[in-house]
Amino acid sequence: MEDFWTGVLWAVKIWLYLIISLIMIPAMFGFSLGISETYMTILVKTLEWATLKMQKAHAEEQALKASAANGLIQREGGSMEKELGELRASRPKPPVGGDFTLSDCFYFTRRGIESIVEDEVTQRFTSEELVSWNLLTRTNNDFEYISLKLTLVYGLGIFVRYCILAPLRITLACIGLSWLVIGTSAVGLLPNWRIKSWLSEWVHVMCYRICARGLSATIRYHNRENKPQKGGICVANHTTPIDIVILCNDGCYAMVGQVHGGLMGVIQRAMVRSCPHVWFERAEMKDRHLVTKRLKDHVNDKKKLPILIFPEGTCVNNTSVMMFKKGSFEIGGTIYPVAIKYDPKFGDAFWNSSKYSMVSYLLRMMTSWALVCNVWYLPAMHQQEGEDAVQFANRVKSAIAHQGGLVDLQWDGGLKRAKVKDTFKEQQQKKYSSMVVGDDSSSNSD
Amino acid sequence: MGSRASTLLREEEIEEIKKETGFSHSQITRLYSRFTSLDKGENGTLSREDFQRIPELAINPLGDRIINAFFPEGEDQVNFRGFMRTLAHFRPIEDNEKSKNSPASEPLNSRTNKLLFAFRLYDLDRDDKISRDELLQVLRMMVGVLEKVDVEQKMSIRFLH
Repeated sequence: MEDFWTGVLWAVKIWLYLIISLIMIPAMFGFSLGISETYMTILVKTLEWATLKMQKAHAEEQALKASAANGLIQREGGSMEKELGELRASRPKPPVGGDFTLSDCFYFTRRGIESIVEDEVTQRFTSEELVSWNLLTRTNNDFEYISLKLTLVYGLGIFVRYCILAPLRITLACIGLSWLVIGTSAVGLLPNWRIKSWLSEWVHVMCYRICARGLSATIRYHNRENKPQKGGICVANHTTPIDIVILCNDGCYAMVGQVHGGLMGVIQRAMVRSCPHVWFERAEMKDRHLVTKRLKDHVNDKKKLPILIFPEGTCVNNTSVMMFKKGSFEIGGTIYPVAIKYDPKFGDAFWNSSKYSMVSYLLRMMTSWALVCNVWYLPAMHQQEGEDAVQFANRVKSAIAHQGGLVDLQWDGGLKRAKVKDTFKEQQQKKYSSMVVGDDSSSNSD
Repeated sequence: MGSRASTLLREEEIEEIKKETGFSHSQITRLYSRFTSLDKGENGTLSREDFQRIPELAINPLGDRIINAFFPEGEDQVNFRGFMRTLAHFRPIEDNEKSKNSPASEPLNSRTNKLLFAFRLYDLDRDDKISRDELLQVLRMMVGVLEKVDVEQKMSIRFLH
C-alpha cells in the first residue's frame, strides 16, 4: 500500500516538474518550445481528414448544406421606399385622398415573417452554426455513425480532451490565477518606484501567458506597429471574457469594469494593488459623469496604461459587431481599435451568459480542441471635427467589422435582455407616413 | 449529419408537415431549431411574448397583426405544426405546383390563400368583412400617431398681441 502512495506522489511530482519546465518557464519569458504548434498541425490535419470523410458519406447533402450555410431564406434587401414603389407600380393611383394602397401591408408582412424565420439580433446571442462537424458533440451537428475509423478518432479525441488536456489545462489555469493574485499583491507592497510598474507588467503578462496556455490558445497578432500606446483607449469587439487574456498576452492594459463578487472579486482586488485599473461599484456605474471623469483623468495621465474597453457591452457570438455604446468615445483621447476573430472550428469561444455560468463555460473551453484566434491592431483613430460621439463610434465599429470579417450591425447588444424601444417603431411609422402623406401636405389620409 | 433538433422531431411528424406545407425535410428541421430557440418557456409552444422578443418584428408597424395571424381565435399558444402552417403561406409557388389542379385541397401557398392572409390582417374582428373602422385602425398602426401632431401644428396660427 505504501508503495502505491509513494508511486502516486512520485507521478504527481514528475507531472508538476514537467508543467514547470515545459510550460511555466517558457511562459515566463515569452518563448515557445513548439509543442503547441505540433499539436495544432496534427489537429488541423485530423479535422481536414474528418471533413473529407464526412463529405464523401454525404455528397449531395453537403452541397445543400453549403448553400444554406449562410441563411435559411434569401432576402431582397430593398429600402421601404423602393419596395413599396415596386408594389404600387402595377396599381392605379387612388383618385382622391392620400397615397395609401391596400397592398402596402404586403411589404410589412413579408418583412415580419422574414424576421420570424431569421433575424439579425437574437441569432447573434446563440452559438454560431458550423458548416462541417468538428468532432465535438455539443455543436449544431450531432454525432452520427459514418465509418469505424471516424468513430475511433472521435473516441480518441474524447480521451485526449477529457483525460489529458483537461487536467493539464485546469492545473495551468489554477497556477496562473493564483500566481496572478499572489504576484500582484506582492508587487503592490513595493514602494512606488519605476521598477514597480515594470514588475507589475511582467507579472500580469506572465500570468496571462500561463492562462492562455491553459486554453491552448494560438493567437496571431497582425500589424503590431499599431499596438495601443499609453494614454489611449483600446476598443475591441467582445465575444467572451477570455478576450482579455488574448489581448493581454501581447501587452498590459488598464481594465475598466464593475466590481464583482466571488472569485472575480478576489482577482480584481489583487490586480488593482499593483496597477491602476478602474473598477466601479455598481451604484457608481449609474453616475455617468463620475465614470467619464475617472476615465478622463486616467487617459490624461500619459504614464498610465491604455484603457481596454468593450463598447458593445455584452458578448456577441463572433459573427458580427453590434452597436458601440457612445460613452467610451466621449472621453476624448486616441482610440486604438482592435478586431478579434476566433476560429469556430476548434471550439466555440462565445460565452452565452444566459445559458452557462462562468465556471461551466471555462470547463467547456478547456475540453475543446483549442482556442485559435486572430487579432488585428488597426491604425489609431481620432474624432473628426463636426463628428459627434455616436458617428465616431459607428466609424470605429465599421473599421473593426471590416477588418475582422464580421457583419456590421446597428442593433444594440442590450437587446439580449431588454426589449426594443418604442421610438424605433415610431421611426418606421414615420417613414411610412411620410410616404403616404408626403412631407409637406397636410392632407389626412382618411 | 442531422442537426440536433431533428432528433427531437419524430420522423412521421416531419412527413406529415411535409405533406401539409410543402416544405422540404431539411427546411423543416432547420425551422424546428429556430422554433425551439424562440421558445424561451421550453414547453414546445410559442406565446405572443416569444414573438415580441424578436426586435425586428417588435419594430414592425404591423408586428402585432402578423403575430396574431399565428394564433387561432381565442388561443395564446401555437405549436410547431401551427407555426409551420402559417409560414407555409409565404412559400413561393413553384412551376410544378401551378399546373397541378386539385380543387379539393388547395395548397397553403396558393394565390388565394396568400390574399386571404393579407385580407385577415385588416379584418380585426375576424368576421370576414373589412369595415371602414377596421381599415382606419390598421392604417393608424402603420402611420403611428405622428399625423395628429402634424395636423395640430399645421392647423394653428400664432396670434400676436
